Amino acid sequence: MSEPSEIERIFREEYGRVVASLIRRFGDIDLAEDAASEALLAAVERWPVDGVPPNPGGWLTTTAARRGIDKLRRESHRDAKQQQAAMIVDPTPHEPTGLVEDDRLRLIFVCCHPALAPEARVALTLRLLGGLTVPEIAAAFFVSEATMGQRITRAKKKIAAAKIPYRVPSAQDLPSRLAGVLAVLYLVFNEGYLATSGPTPVRVDLTSEAIRLCRVLRSLLPTEPEVAGLLALMLLTDARRTARFADGVLVPLMDQDRAAWDGSEIAEGLSLVRECLAVNRPGVYQIQAAVNAVHSTARTGADTDWSQIAALYAQLFSISPTPVVALNRAVAVSELDGPAVGLAEVDRLHLPTYHAWHATRAELLRRLGRYDESRSAYDSALALIDNDAERAYLTRRRDEL
Amino acid sequence: MTQYMLSVHHVEGEPLPEGEDMQRMFRQVDAFNQKAMDAGIWVFGGGLEDMSATTTVDGTGAEPIITDGPFAESKEWMGGFWVLEAPDLDAALKLAVEASAACEGRVQVRPFQAV
Repeated sequence: MSEPSEIERIFREEYGRVVASLIRRFGDIDLAEDAASEALLAAVERWPVDGVPPNPGGWLTTTAARRGIDKLRRESHRDAKQQQAAMIVDPTPHEPTGLVEDDRLRLIFVCCHPALAPEARVALTLRLLGGLTVPEIAAAFFVSEATMGQRITRAKKKIAAAKIPYRVPSAQDLPSRLAGVLAVLYLVFNEGYLATSGPTPVRVDLTSEAIRLCRVLRSLLPTEPEVAGLLALMLLTDARRTARFADGVLVPLMDQDRAAWDGSEIAEGLSLVRECLAVNRPGVYQIQAAVNAVHSTARTGADTDWSQIAALYAQLFSISPTPVVALNRAVAVSELDGPAVGLAEVDRLHLPTYHAWHATRAELLRRLGRYDESRSAYDSALALIDNDAERAYLTRRRDEL
Repeated sequence: MTQYMLSVHHVEGEPLPEGEDMQRMFRQVDAFNQKAMDAGIWVFGGGLEDMSATTTVDGTGAEPIITDGPFAESKEWMGGFWVLEAPDLDAALKLAVEASAACEGRVQVRPFQAV
């Protein structure tokens, strides 16, 4: 039970909670992180001898807080007033905002603050809430440890210097700020699921971390349907993970072995989608989850209810009128009304820098028997692609022409 | 409370409000200033003469060097600024949204170092 790997697992699981509570107490992210690492060392020493305590998170927080206070006492350059302030237990009164107050919730809103650079939001969230190490985050995003370390350090400095508040936004600001948090989690998920570059088509460490953090967020904000929607979207997508590749080649949704989909993830995703429908406050993640629910419930690719999918994308387009949404709707339309109608709609969108636009055109041109144009559309898509599995798939499709 | 500088930035070639548009902008800025004073967060603020009135001074050597024009040639220039007090960045950003709407320009928010 108290194997080092087991202790690491517990530490990783509890890291966000421990660090978030220490940041509130000390008002200093670096000190909180140092204290948390010292608590880990203490756990590695003690738990194999004494056994894992009944409440390991509480043990880690208490131990880390003690180490933090010791450190403050040792550091003579901190003035007495600040030391004293930090040693008061729980100096921040719980504000009666009507929301569930949890330090992790405050922390996630700090990490995903719009005043931080988007790549810094992702890195900070994975570092402070996910408990990933700087080398792990650097490896996940294919940058050097030095670059990632600098990015995180710079963001922490800005939080302190510009005084980004350690607070859950007011009810009035919550929707827009929550959208920022969800965007960060979805970006982490997609970076894992679509892996823009590199030889590994899926990075399970990132997808599962995004799902785990979204679960935490859901436990903190249980009545926000978009949080449930994002969790459902990620679960329903992740359920298809193993069926998505065969020998390093991408298998498109319609051709996947549906028996290989993860049944428990689908069941959980579908139940969340039903919950969202009952709440009836639709949003971008809920609608995308609903689209995936339609795919998940079709017994075969041919059974897919394309009219429902087209209607959902139309609804999505009405609140989020992006070219990518329009392209997805055009795909559904081409399944309903035929490739000629679909192609006309796709051509109207004209997204020459987006590989999926070329790939969609290539597929529709193939169905229309316009093979030369199809081949050149595949070439255009391939020129824009970084993911090896997708490249292999499109190359094969082109060469089949 | 932290002091934040809210500076207004323009890009060369962008049209500036004139005539009645300028009067409207001045009224909006006056109203914002009054609100900041009433709230007790006002430290300082004002508009700057345009870049042609700028002089750069280098007193780091034995003899001071006085040069006409800005320190760095740039397409962007600061048109004016406020120094306001706010409890944290979120509050400062809210003020900046109001300030930007009032002066009809983009506003940069930067905290002063703690004294």
